[in-house]
Amino acid sequence: MKHLTIILGVLLTLGVSAQTADEILDLVDKNMSSDNRIIESTMIIHGKRVSRTITLKSWSVGNEQAFTEYLSPAREQGTKMLKIENQLWIYSPSTDRTIQIAGHMLRQSVMGSDLSYEDMMEDRELKEVYNAEVIDEETVDERNTWVLELTAKVADVAYYSRKTWIDQERFVPLREELYAKSGQLLKRTDLKDVKQIQGRWFPMKMVFKDMLKDGDGTEYLITSIQFNQQIPEYIFTKAALKQ
Amino acid sequence: MKLALKLAYKNLIGAGLRTWLNVIVLSFSFVLIIAAKGILVGWDRQAKLDMTNWEIGGGQYWNINYDPYDAFTLEDAHAPVPSQLGADIEAGDMIPVLIAQGTIYPEGRMQSILLKGIDPDQTILELPTRKLDTLVGATPVIIGSNMARANKLEVGDYVTIRWRDANGTFDATDICITEIFSTNVPTVDLAQVWLPMDSLQSMLLLSGEATLLTFRDREKPRDEIANWKLMSYKALVQDIEEMIKTKSVGQSIFYTILLLLALLAIFDTQVLSIFRRQKEIGTYVALGYTRREVVGLFTIEGGMHAVLAAVVGALYGIPLLIWFARTGITLGVTSADYGFAIADTMYPVYSGTLVIGTTLVVLLTTTIVSYWPSRKIARMNPTEALRGRLQ
Repeated sequence: MKHLTIILGVLLTLGVSAQTADEILDLVDKNMSSDNRIIESTMIIHGKRVSRTITLKSWSVGNEQAFTEYLSPAREQGTKMLKIENQLWIYSPSTDRTIQIAGHMLRQSVMGSDLSYEDMMEDRELKEVYNAEVIDEETVDERNTWVLELTAKVADVAYYSRKTWIDQERFVPLREELYAKSGQLLKRTDLKDVKQIQGRWFPMKMVFKDMLKDGDGTEYLITSIQFNQQIPEYIFTKAALKQ
Repeated sequence: MKLALKLAYKNLIGAGLRTWLNVIVLSFSFVLIIAAKGILVGWDRQAKLDMTNWEIGGGQYWNINYDPYDAFTLEDAHAPVPSQLGADIEAGDMIPVLIAQGTIYPEGRMQSILLKGIDPDQTILELPTRKLDTLVGATPVIIGSNMARANKLEVGDYVTIRWRDANGTFDATDICITEIFSTNVPTVDLAQVWLPMDSLQSMLLLSGEATLLTFRDREKPRDEIANWKLMSYKALVQDIEEMIKTKSVGQSIFYTILLLLALLAIFDTQVLSIFRRQKEIGTYVALGYTRREVVGLFTIEGGMHAVLAAVVGALYGIPLLIWFARTGITLGVTSADYGFAIADTMYPVYSGTLVIGTTLVVLLTTTIVSYWPSRKIARMNPTEALRGRLQ
């Protein structure tokens, strides 16, 4: 009888945790997702010897459409990227050509950063593809967090499992780790400098790190962000790349 | 005819240094043409042999989606091994190879690679695949020396690789280098890692599937198989043949110039001979030679330069070319630089066809060049010629 009580207790706890994890993800989505957004940002790529700084402006609608223009340095200025669902094009002003990034090229890093093009191509919501479970509570940057473990519930997912540390008050992820099927840690993202913008909490600094590669990772600093703006439809067309 | 040959020989020898200068220059052309052509023939033979031994065997079946020049095709270029090939595979006369894209992280750097799965027990290719049977703490792999050099890898090194399985999910594991092989075929070496077939199939979730199948016997008739493309040996070496053909055209420009210089000297000598030996020509006609016979005599005399050049060329060329064939020539480039099969040291091959063909070409062109100015004799007035008057 005593054992049965313990088993029932454990099952009930697991059930509560799974429900809580989904609720947490919902609240995170409310904070992090928007119909559309316009971001001005700076990307600092820390190489072995030198660091490079790139400034960019991007417009995005949901997770399916995105348009990015590189503003500096001079060498990259005018380079534009367009993502529509699972297709990606890059326009280079020096050659005045638009090329589609596909196949193994998607695995190359974006401008030498710790982000690959295919990292930018993910457009499904986490709840769609992962089972979430709260596995722990930890403190990250002096904030109390839930540690959520996400395990793939569909086969065609890029990362089989993820761990994400969610701020218990603001419902913003403060850290994320992406794992291979073998359990090997592949990428880590630290999200910092959380600010309240248009009524939602949002991290203004992200540090991406490819854990298999040397280096100090890539910093992504948001200088301005606007949610739910009027974005003209033509921005998400190939014609806009050459303008 | 015999008299004409005797006369031509005496006249040539009588001309002394002028003849020998022409002959030596012409012999240089001879030797250089044979040497240069020999390098190409040797390269062709060596490249095909290396490709046969290391990559293509007697031919291949390619998955219908596979295009070695388009990495985008690899994602879909795999299918279950056709059942009708099972007997050949069992007998060891055919090996399936599975190819996928991946990333290697040597010393914290990142490089795109091809992961190739192969049966460790195969005997068709010279790849040291038996080393894939080694028991180590990670997946055993073999790599080529150029790949090892580029990534500073050594036997016994452990390194992480990352790939996406058939569902597109990332996976990563450590591999252990159990052997580094040296080959002249960059298409099995550069940016490639060879793994045991079973391991790669299970890593990619593609059990029993392959991208291509290499067979041993070139001559055995093969059937077309649905969704697989039969690539005959000839089709697989076509690229190398076309490349050698292109090189051959480029090279022929060089030795055409050399040959033209030698022929120009002979032409010049002929013109001078006819101009200075008008009395002799008149005497021949007076003695009963027809004009055509005199033209023939001068043509043979010019053409004999080629015969002498062949003899002189043989005197120093044969030992030189034999030495050259034994020691080979080091071009200072590797197959890695060139992108296709090229040995560090190339050994020229001189075939009978090459030597006889070159001799005939030089003899023919020399004869034509000698005949050209000699035609003037046919228009000469024998009386005026006897007097030595300029015509």
